[in-house]
Amino acid sequence: MSKVWYCSTALLLGATLGVPINALPADAASVEKGKQVFQTWCEACHGSGGDRPGTLGLEAKYGGKIPARLEDRKDLTPDFIKLYVRNGFAMMAPFRKTEISDADLAALSAYLTRTRK
Amino acid sequence: MRTPPGLAPESFADALREFEGIVGKNWVFTSDEDLHLYQDAYSPFWGEPEERKASAAVAPHSTEEVQAIMRVANAHKIPIYPISTGRNLGYGGAAPVYSGSVVLDLKRMNRILELNERNATCLVEPGVSYFDLYRHIRANKLKLWIDCPDPGWGSLIGNALERGNGYTLAPYRDHWGAHAGMEVVLPDGDLVRTGMGAMPGAKTWQQFKYGYGPHLDGLFSQSNFGVVTKMGFWMMPEPEAFRSGTVMVYRYDDLFKLVDILAYFENLKVMSATTRVESPLLFGAFKAPPPSPELAALRARHPSREEYESFAAKNDVPYWSVILRFYGSPKVTAAHWEYAQEKFGTIAGAKFKDGDFYEFPLSDAAANQIMDKAPLGIPSLEAFSMGGRTPTNPTPSNGHMWFSPIIPLSGEAVQECEKVFREAFKEWGVNPLGLPLPQLYHERTFFQIYGFPISHDAETNRKNRETFKRMIALAAEHGWGEYRTAPAFMDACADTYSFNNHALRRLQEKLKDAVDPNGILSAGRYGIWPEHLRKTRS
Repeated sequence: MSKVWYCSTALLLGATLGVPINALPADAASVEKGKQVFQTWCEACHGSGGDRPGTLGLEAKYGGKIPARLEDRKDLTPDFIKLYVRNGFAMMAPFRKTEISDADLAALSAYLTRTRK
Repeated sequence: MRTPPGLAPESFADALREFEGIVGKNWVFTSDEDLHLYQDAYSPFWGEPEERKASAAVAPHSTEEVQAIMRVANAHKIPIYPISTGRNLGYGGAAPVYSGSVVLDLKRMNRILELNERNATCLVEPGVSYFDLYRHIRANKLKLWIDCPDPGWGSLIGNALERGNGYTLAPYRDHWGAHAGMEVVLPDGDLVRTGMGAMPGAKTWQQFKYGYGPHLDGLFSQSNFGVVTKMGFWMMPEPEAFRSGTVMVYRYDDLFKLVDILAYFENLKVMSATTRVESPLLFGAFKAPPPSPELAALRARHPSREEYESFAAKNDVPYWSVILRFYGSPKVTAAHWEYAQEKFGTIAGAKFKDGDFYEFPLSDAAANQIMDKAPLGIPSLEAFSMGGRTPTNPTPSNGHMWFSPIIPLSGEAVQECEKVFREAFKEWGVNPLGLPLPQLYHERTFFQIYGFPISHDAETNRKNRETFKRMIALAAEHGWGEYRTAPAFMDACADTYSFNNHALRRLQEKLKDAVDPNGILSAGRYGIWPEHLRKTRS
């Protein structure tokens, strides 16, 4: 018999729309959810490795004064994250709500601001 | 509230309410803030009146919802523009060709419906990206490879319908050619399946492409005859090994024999991966470090061919080079590389350099560390570093667009194309991005690729659009045609396919009028306009 795989929904995303950015507390669950959002949508550009355009660009921009990897930053704010996700910058295109919903964005903010000082 | 051109606001409001009834209020977008996300991020009309904008967006979750939406759109004569993942950056992104259309955002239809490891096939919905399918294969430890284009977030269906390309073996890297079976919602909401899918209960929808009778699949590619809601693909079984090697030759005229042998290997399937002819001497190899001061000074002098050849021999800088890639067992790939060296070794002075070697499966960590991922079927976004900020490019661009005419697979064609455009650029006083890279995507032709940066300065974009259109016309004069283009140039490219007084376009228009009599679906896509808008063709 051939090995056939049936799958219902491929993606982990698809949460409810319309949740204000600051409504979701930065609890462990939202941080974990935000990590998944990051890995799904952000890591390919902003992760580790020499082929990540976002990380390479931020290395060139900050010259090491600020961490090039977003996950290492301690200065990000929810508004800053929303600005870039919804507007993009230079080569980075913005993300639609069918990709990163408002709830996903709130979780992403919780993850990227988890160590904010 | 924005309204599609020519539509009464009351009628549009009624339709939006009906759309909300189909997909739910959360998945109908009408605010400026939300619709901003449907603009083309790499638009060559950035900030200008011609910028394409959506009047609304609606995001269904199922084929049945797509059918219901099309029925409503037909009833109200609302222009609809489907997108898959909307990441077709450089070719229009999520923005409609006809400004004011309602974008049908299919990203939520993201189910991998079937993966058949034994037959190496899959069936997916339009929202499934290359990243999604790759992650699913890795998570389930399947011995299957995908063939991905440069943007890993692209849709398998969207990229195939655009006739995009990848980087592995020939049967898979032609993404349209690798498809097997489609499900399509027609503009009136009717549902058809092509190939074996037309037979209820067929056991080979993703295995036998043709079914019975006329093969209509092509109607739904680079066109506007239906909304594709499912599509099957042939996939590549995971090979035991991968090996690459570089061939380097040192005289200008070596180009001709180099390409002839490359074509021979491609057609024999000895070397069947995407590659490109590079000139480390003239332009620098792709992703190569900056040239030495001596080479930079030489290039600046625009020296004779003989001077270049003298420098090449003395400094061991190849005039031309090609990276070959082999798939199979370790022994088979070694034998093919040895065979390649034997054949290319008939070019006097040819040199060879061993490249990468991998055995599979790779761990996640090992796969992540690979720099040139696409030939291994690993999706990435690495291509977006082109034009991005680097230590030598402190001002990143705002995107790119590509001019990629199809030319014959011969050294003579590469030479002629390079000369024609080099002289034209000099006459026009322009300097497009990057290198003229003859790229072997398809088996029997080269793509000669030129890039343009996208600016947020209207005058810069205007000049680049003008150059792009001049290149389309100049290429056509020489028998070279675009294979795919951005909405800004779809009419101009379609105009060049003009045999017998545009007989092909006239046939397309007859079909369009028959299949989509209200002209609601993707008006203008690839130069096909519905009857009521034909006078607006640019």
